[in-house]
Amino acid sequence: MNVFIDYLLTAVPLGMTFLYGCVGEILTEKAGHLNLGIPGIMCIGGASGCLALSCLNGLGLPAFLVVIIALIAAFAGGMVMGAVYCFLTVTLKSNQNVTGLAMTTFGVGTTKFIMSGLAENGGMGYLYARDFFRYPFAESTTSLKLCGVMVYLAVVIALAASFVLSRTRVGLHLRAVGENPATADAVGINVTKYKYVATCIGSGIAALGGLFYIMDYSGSYEAYKSIEALGWLSVALVIFTLWRPHISILGSVAFGILYLAGSRLPTLLGIQFDMSMTPLLQLLPYIVTIIVLIVTSVRNKRENQPPASLGLPYFREER
Amino acid sequence: MEKKLALEMKGISKYFGTLAANKNVDLDVYRGEILSILGENGCGKTTLMNMIAGIYYPDEGSIFVDGEEVVIRSPKDAFAKGIGMIHQHFKLVDVFTAAQNIILGINDGNRYNISDVNAKVKQIADKYGFIIDPSKKIHEMSVSEKQTVEILKVLYRGADILILDEPSAVLTPQETDKLFAVLRKMRDDGKSILIITHKLHEVMAISDRVAVLRKGEHIATVSTSETSPEALTEMMVGQKVTLNIDRPEPENSVDRLEVRNLSLTDSEGVKILDNISFTARSGEILGIAGIAGSGQRELLESIAGLSHPVSGEIVYNNPKTGETENLRDKNPVQIRELGVRLSFVPEDRLGMGLVGNMDLIDNMMLRSYSKGRSLFVDRKKPKDLAEKIIKELQVATPGTHTPVRRLSGGNVQKVLVGREIAAAPTVLMAAYPVRGLDINSSYTIYNLLTKQKKDGVAVIFVGEDLDVLVELCDRIMVVCAGRVTGIVDGRNTTKEEIGLLMTKTDTNYKNDKNGKGGNGDEK
Amino acid sequence: MKNNNSTAAAKKNNAASSAHVHEPLFHVVKRDTIPIWKSMLIRVIAVAAALFICSLLSMILIKANPIEFLETLVDATLGSTRRLWKFSKDAAVLLCIALAITPAFKMRFWNIGAEGQVLIGALASVACAFYLGNTMSNAALLVIMFFAAVLAGAIWGGIPAVFKAKWGTNETLFTLMMNYAASGIVAYFLVKWTPSGSSVLGELKTGHLPQIIHPYFLIILAVIVITFLVFIYQNFTKQGYELSVVGESENTARYIGINVKKVIIRTMLISGAICGIAGFLIVAGLDHSITETTVGGRGFTAIMVSWLAKFNPLVMILTAAFVTFLDQGASQISTAFNIDSSFPDMVVGIVLFFIIGCEFFINYKLKFRSMTKKEVK
Repeated sequence: MNVFIDYLLTAVPLGMTFLYGCVGEILTEKAGHLNLGIPGIMCIGGASGCLALSCLNGLGLPAFLVVIIALIAAFAGGMVMGAVYCFLTVTLKSNQNVTGLAMTTFGVGTTKFIMSGLAENGGMGYLYARDFFRYPFAESTTSLKLCGVMVYLAVVIALAASFVLSRTRVGLHLRAVGENPATADAVGINVTKYKYVATCIGSGIAALGGLFYIMDYSGSYEAYKSIEALGWLSVALVIFTLWRPHISILGSVAFGILYLAGSRLPTLLGIQFDMSMTPLLQLLPYIVTIIVLIVTSVRNKRENQPPASLGLPYFREER
Repeated sequence: MEKKLALEMKGISKYFGTLAANKNVDLDVYRGEILSILGENGCGKTTLMNMIAGIYYPDEGSIFVDGEEVVIRSPKDAFAKGIGMIHQHFKLVDVFTAAQNIILGINDGNRYNISDVNAKVKQIADKYGFIIDPSKKIHEMSVSEKQTVEILKVLYRGADILILDEPSAVLTPQETDKLFAVLRKMRDDGKSILIITHKLHEVMAISDRVAVLRKGEHIATVSTSETSPEALTEMMVGQKVTLNIDRPEPENSVDRLEVRNLSLTDSEGVKILDNISFTARSGEILGIAGIAGSGQRELLESIAGLSHPVSGEIVYNNPKTGETENLRDKNPVQIRELGVRLSFVPEDRLGMGLVGNMDLIDNMMLRSYSKGRSLFVDRKKPKDLAEKIIKELQVATPGTHTPVRRLSGGNVQKVLVGREIAAAPTVLMAAYPVRGLDINSSYTIYNLLTKQKKDGVAVIFVGEDLDVLVELCDRIMVVCAGRVTGIVDGRNTTKEEIGLLMTKTDTNYKNDKNGKGGNGDEK
Repeated sequence: MKNNNSTAAAKKNNAASSAHVHEPLFHVVKRDTIPIWKSMLIRVIAVAAALFICSLLSMILIKANPIEFLETLVDATLGSTRRLWKFSKDAAVLLCIALAITPAFKMRFWNIGAEGQVLIGALASVACAFYLGNTMSNAALLVIMFFAAVLAGAIWGGIPAVFKAKWGTNETLFTLMMNYAASGIVAYFLVKWTPSGSSVLGELKTGHLPQIIHPYFLIILAVIVITFLVFIYQNFTKQGYELSVVGESENTARYIGINVKKVIIRTMLISGAICGIAGFLIVAGLDHSITETTVGGRGFTAIMVSWLAKFNPLVMILTAAFVTFLDQGASQISTAFNIDSSFPDMVVGIVLFFIIGCEFFINYKLKFRSMTKKEVK
C-alpha cells in the first residue's frame, strides 16, 4: 500500500507540471490560438525563475518572498514569450504553427543557454531555494509536508480559470473571440486585446509549470532538459480534457500516473519486468492521448470540439 | 415637428486595392425615419453601411451623428454613438445561447448573471412582439429566430440608429411583414432605420426616403411618395432597361434527365429534400425558384453526385446510346465515366467551382485533368481553353497565369461558366449564376445559357430574381422547404403566381401530379 | 481602422496624448501583388535586422564584437573545404526532411511528425543491418535497409493520415505524439540490443553507403535527385495536382470527384516514405548507429525550411542552405567563444522570428492616413 501512496504522491505533483501548461494552453486556445510554443515557454519560465533565484542568492530574504519573486520572474518570462508570439501571429498575422515551433526552438535553446550559464558561474546558485518551495512559511513543519505550495497554486489557478471562462463576462467574451472573432468584433469586443491578454496570461501560467518542475518536483540541475517533452504532453492534455480547466485537474493527475507507470508499475505490482519494457511503459501517456484524440474525433459532439476559429488568423477587412 | 438630422455622411470613399467600393458618397438620415439604401448587388451598399457600423474605416470623408463629427473606428464606437447593424450574414456565436449572444460585448458594470439577462431579453422581446427562448442555443435555431436575436442584440444596447442589411432575403413574406411592422413601430418611437435592399416593392412599402447607389456612387436621395419603381430602377441601372432576354421556342425537346421521388436528409436526420420529382428536357431552360435555402443547392448537388439521397431515382437518357442510366449514388467521376456529360456551375464559385489561388490554366483542367493514362498532367489543352475563353467571353485578366481570386466577380463567373460549357454538356446546371454580377455580365451569362439551350442542352437554372426567371426560362419549378410546390410555364406565368408558390406550406399538398410535368400543366 | 494595429497606433498616439484623436494613424490593407524584387528586399532587410540583433546579443553575452561575430559566422561554412562539405551534407539532410513534409503541407496536412517518421525509418535501417548484417552482400543489405526504412516511414506517416481521413482526427497533435512513440520504440530496441544495458549502440560494421569522391557526395547527390522528383511530382503529375486541390479547397475536390480520403492517405504515405529515406541516408551514410536523438529536432526545423520556401522544392534548396548556414555558423561561434552549444538555437530562433514577421510586410501594407489621398489617385 505504501508503494501505491508513494506512487500517487509523486504522480500528483508531476501532474501539476502538466496542469500549469495545460491551463495556460487552454486560455490561449480559447482565444483561437494553437500555441505550439508552450514547451518553449515552459522552459523559459523555468530558466527565468532560476535566474531570479540565483540573483537573490545570499541576500537573506525570507523564504516566501524568494518564492514569490521567483514566481513573478517565471510568469514575466512566459508573458514576454507570449507577447512575442502574439505580436507575430496577431499583429503580423503569421502562421500559428510555424511561429509556435520557432518559439519552442528559441525557448528550449535559450533555456539551455541560461541554465548552463548558471551552472558555470556560481555553481547552480538557484538550487538553495528548493526547500523554500516546499516550506515557504516554516522550517520543515508537517503542515505542508505532502506537497509544496505550487501544487495548491496550480489547482487554484485551474479552478479560477474555469470560473472565469464559464461564469464571467470576460470569459464569455474570450470564448466568443475563439469561436467567432468576426462576431466578437462586431459587438465591440476588442479581439486583439483579448487575444493578447489571454495568450500572455496563458503563457505566464504555463511558464510557472517550468519553474515548478525544476524547483519543486525534481529539484535537480538537469531537470530543465525534460521540460520540453512535458510541455508537449501539456498540449496533448488540452485535448484530453476537452478544453475544460476543471477537468484538467483530474486529467493532469492521470497523466502524472501514466507518465510514471514505466518506473513505478513493476514495483507496485510486485513483478519484475524486463528492463527493455521501461521505455515502452513510458509511452503510455502518449498512447492514451492518441486514443482520446481518436475517440473524441469519432464521437464528434458539438460541445467537445475545439474553439471554432482555432488556428485561423483574423483580419477584419479580409475580403 | 421639425425633423432632426440623426446621421450624416460627407464625401465618404473606400478602396479595396485599386477598386473603389465607395466614391465620394453623401448621405443623411433623420430621426423617426426609415431610409432605404437601394442598389444592385455589388454597388457598395453594404460597404457604406459597414463604415457607419465600424467594420471598415473610410479612406476619405467624415461622418456626423447629431450634427457632431465622429470617428467610428470599431463597432464599439458605433454602439457608443447609438448605431447598431444587423448583418446579412448573422454574426452570432453558434455554441452560445440567445441571451449570451445578446449581452456579448456589453460591459454595464453589472455582475454577469445569465438569468437576469434572460428576463431582460424576454421583456424587450415582449415589448415588440418577438417570440424567443433566451436560453436556446443558436445552432438549434431557425433562420428567422436568429434574425430576431440579431435585432434584439441591437435593441438591448439601446441603439437608435439601426442598419439592416437585406433583412428579408432569408424570410418568408409573412415573416417579412411582421418584421416591417416592428420596424414601423420603432420609427414611431423616433428611431432612425436604414435598410439595405435591392427589392423595389419593399422600398415602396416601408421607407420614407430612398437613397440610390450605383457603382459605389450616390446617385440621388428621393422621397418614396414622390417616386415610382420605374424611376428608381432607372436610377439604379443608369438607363431604362427592360430585361428583354431572348427566349427562342424549344426545338426537338426530349426528356433528358428525370428525377423521381428524390429525398435527402442531412447529418442530423432533417429532411432537406422531400420527394422531389421533375423532368429536365433537352433544348429547354428549366428554372428553379424558391426562397434561399429551400433545398435548391442540395438538389443540384444530389444530381451532380456530391450528396447521397436516401431514396428516389435520377435517370439520365443518354442521347448517344439511347440507354438510360441511374445516376443516384454515383460520384462525379463515376458519372463522367458513364459518358454522362453533366456540367455544374455551383453557387459557391471560388469555394467549390474554382480554386481561388490557382491560375486560369489550372482551373481549366479541374474537371478534365484525370483524362488519359499518363501520370502527368497536360497543361497544353487547358492553356488553349483558357485563352479561348478569355477571348470569347472577354474576360478581363492580366493573363492565363493570374490566380482567379484576383479577378472581379463577373470575370470569375465567366471563367467558371466558360469551362463548364466547354465540356460540351448535355445537361447544364447553374446555381445563381448571375449573383453579384453587373448587368452586362449578367446578360453575357443569359445569352450563354440560351445558346446552350439552342444547341440542345437541358439547362437547369436556379435563380433568385423572379423577373429574370420569368423572361429566361421555358418552365419554372418552384420549391419551398425541400418540396416542389409547382411547375409552371415560363411564358404565361406571373411573378405573383411564383411568389405564392414559393411560400406555399400547405402540408396536404400532393406532389405526384407534377411528376411528369409537361409544359405548364398547372395552367 | 484595423483592430490589430490599434495597440501600435495607440502607443504612438499616447505620446501626443491628445484628448480626442480624430483619425487613426494608419490601417492595414492586403496587397494585391508585390514585385519579386520588393519581396526579396523585405526578406533581406529582415535577415539583416535579425543578424544585427544577434550580433548585439553576442556582444552583450560573450563580448564578441559584431564584425568578429559575422566573420566567424561566414567562416564556419566557407572557411575550408571540409566545412563546406559538412555544410552541404547538413543542408542536404535537412532539405531531404523538408522535401518529405512538403507534399503533406501543400495539402494543408500539418505533419509535424517528421521527427518520428525519420527516426523510425532510421531504426528500420539499423535493425536490418543489425540482424542481417553478416548474412549477405553489402549491396543487397543496402537495398533491404532502404526498403525497410521507406516502409517504416510510410507506416508511421500513414497511421495519422488514416484517422484524419476517416474521422478528421487532429493531425498536428497526432503526428506530434507519434514522435514520442517513435523515440520510445528506439529506446526499447537500444536496451534490447545492448546486453550491458548501456543503451549505446556501437558503430555498425555493415550497411555503409559506398564512398564516391567524398564520404558525403552520395548523400548530397541523392537529395538533389529527390528534390527534382518532388518538384516534378508536385507540379507536373496528376497526383500532385490533386493534392494541391485538396489543400486549397476540399469542397472543390469533392465537386470534381477527387477521393479526398484517398489523397490524404496516399500523400502521407509518400511523405512518410521520404522521411524514411532521410532516416536511411542518416544511418547508412553518416551515423551507422542510432540514438533517441538521431534526428535531433531536424524534423521541426524542416517545417520552417519548407514553409519559408512556400512549399517550392527548388526554393527549399536555398532556405535549407540558409538555415544550415546559420546553425553551423552559430555553432562555430559557440566553440570559438567557448559558450554553450545551445547558442545556435537562439540565433536560429531569432532569425526565424524576423523572417516569419517580415511576411506580413509582403502580404499587407500599411496605409498612413496622410498619404492615403496621394496613393489612391
